[in-house]
Amino acid sequence: MDKVMRLASEKDVVVFSKSSCCLCYAITILFQELGVTSTVHEIDQDPEGREMEKTLVRLGCNAPVPAIFVGGRLVGSTNEVMSLHLSGGLIPMLKPYQTWC
Amino acid sequence: MNSPTPQFVPSRLGIYEPIHQIGIWGENFKSNGNPNTSTSVIVEVDNKLENESETTSHEMLTASNNYEQEASKPIDKIQRRLAQNREAARKSRLRKKAYVQQLENSRLKLIQLEQELQRARQQGLYMGGVLEGSHIGFSGTVNSGIAAFEMEYGRWVDVQHRQICELRTALNAHISDIELRILVESGIGHYFELFRMKSTVAKADVFYVISGVWKTSAERFFSWIGGFRPSELLKLDPLTEQQILEVCNLKQSCQQAEDALSQGMEKLQETVSSTVAGGPVDEVSYIPQVATAMEKLEALVSFVNQADHLRQETLQQMSRILTTRQAARGLLALGEYFHRLRALSTLWATRPPEPSLP
Repeated sequence: MDKVMRLASEKDVVVFSKSSCCLCYAITILFQELGVTSTVHEIDQDPEGREMEKTLVRLGCNAPVPAIFVGGRLVGSTNEVMSLHLSGGLIPMLKPYQTWC
Repeated sequence: MNSPTPQFVPSRLGIYEPIHQIGIWGENFKSNGNPNTSTSVIVEVDNKLENESETTSHEMLTASNNYEQEASKPIDKIQRRLAQNREAARKSRLRKKAYVQQLENSRLKLIQLEQELQRARQQGLYMGGVLEGSHIGFSGTVNSGIAAFEMEYGRWVDVQHRQICELRTALNAHISDIELRILVESGIGHYFELFRMKSTVAKADVFYVISGVWKTSAERFFSWIGGFRPSELLKLDPLTEQQILEVCNLKQSCQQAEDALSQGMEKLQETVSSTVAGGPVDEVSYIPQVATAMEKLEALVSFVNQADHLRQETLQQMSRILTTRQAARGLLALGEYFHRLRALSTLWATRPPEPSLP
């Protein structure tokens, strides 16, 4: 529980992923397009990966990855991010973290 | 005065000769090789004529086909006209017969084509199911999942068609907004039903969904991750200024989401491809590579679900932005569009074969 929340609050936009997960890759592409640099943690590469996976599921994600945190708070999985984006709520949420270089 | 022609000999034997001359009167009898019958007919005709006009019977027999005859002119003309009429009538009957024959042939051809089309369609769907479902261990579930979906989808299309007609009637009849709202809600709900069905069959065989084999060929042409592109929904008019802004934003978000998913799909293709290709080629066993690839392919199910989720969300957002009437028109346009694509597919499948080049 701690590791997940710690990692989640360390950076602005955090995506918990697995190395082979292409849907997670799609999410990072989306953030890229919106001018946000996301920090990706591949839990299958992490020694405590199993625990992290359980934590994420307990937090409410139907699939452990991708799990997206913005500003330390859990947004959800792909479904939630997509819904938020189409309803126009994602960009305002990301605004403080956008880095257009 | 009537001078007997060389062809006409008023003896019993010579009676056969006039058969040629009487051709116009009763050509049908020519085919009848039995001279006796012909003779009796001629005799009949002869009698008939004698009843009508004794004096001219002889002349009529001779003059009927012989235009060089120097019979009395008015009788000649009448006879010629009658003969021509009979000829015209005969020709007309023959033409009609030929036309009816042609119609019958066309009808048969049409029935044949319809049967072929039905067979081809069933084969196409079935082949998709059989081919996709023939991998080890899954054939039972896959085939039954696909069969169930195909039946349900057939019904779905029928209901869809009915709904489009209802929408069209409702819009033209200017029913109340409340009633129209009900139609709109059920229309949107119907699409959601399709996404649910697709989700179920995707678990049984995701390749089946993604290949679009369950759709008609023209629809397949426009397919994006197992269905229509969500941004297709956003071609609308007329809109208020506020709506234009909202639709514009929605369009941009939708596009970005589509791009992200497309790139994710490409990455998946690369991953699976390199997995399958990996390992030494000179070794006979490729089981590890194929097994690993199988795991990776599971991700395809999530992509199909995400694509449908995107379609669902776009529909919902449109429903929120538009007025009831606009939404009804939008649904009608969407449904009609797919209906036309299906018709295009049918027409394409039954187009006449191109003449082969020499």
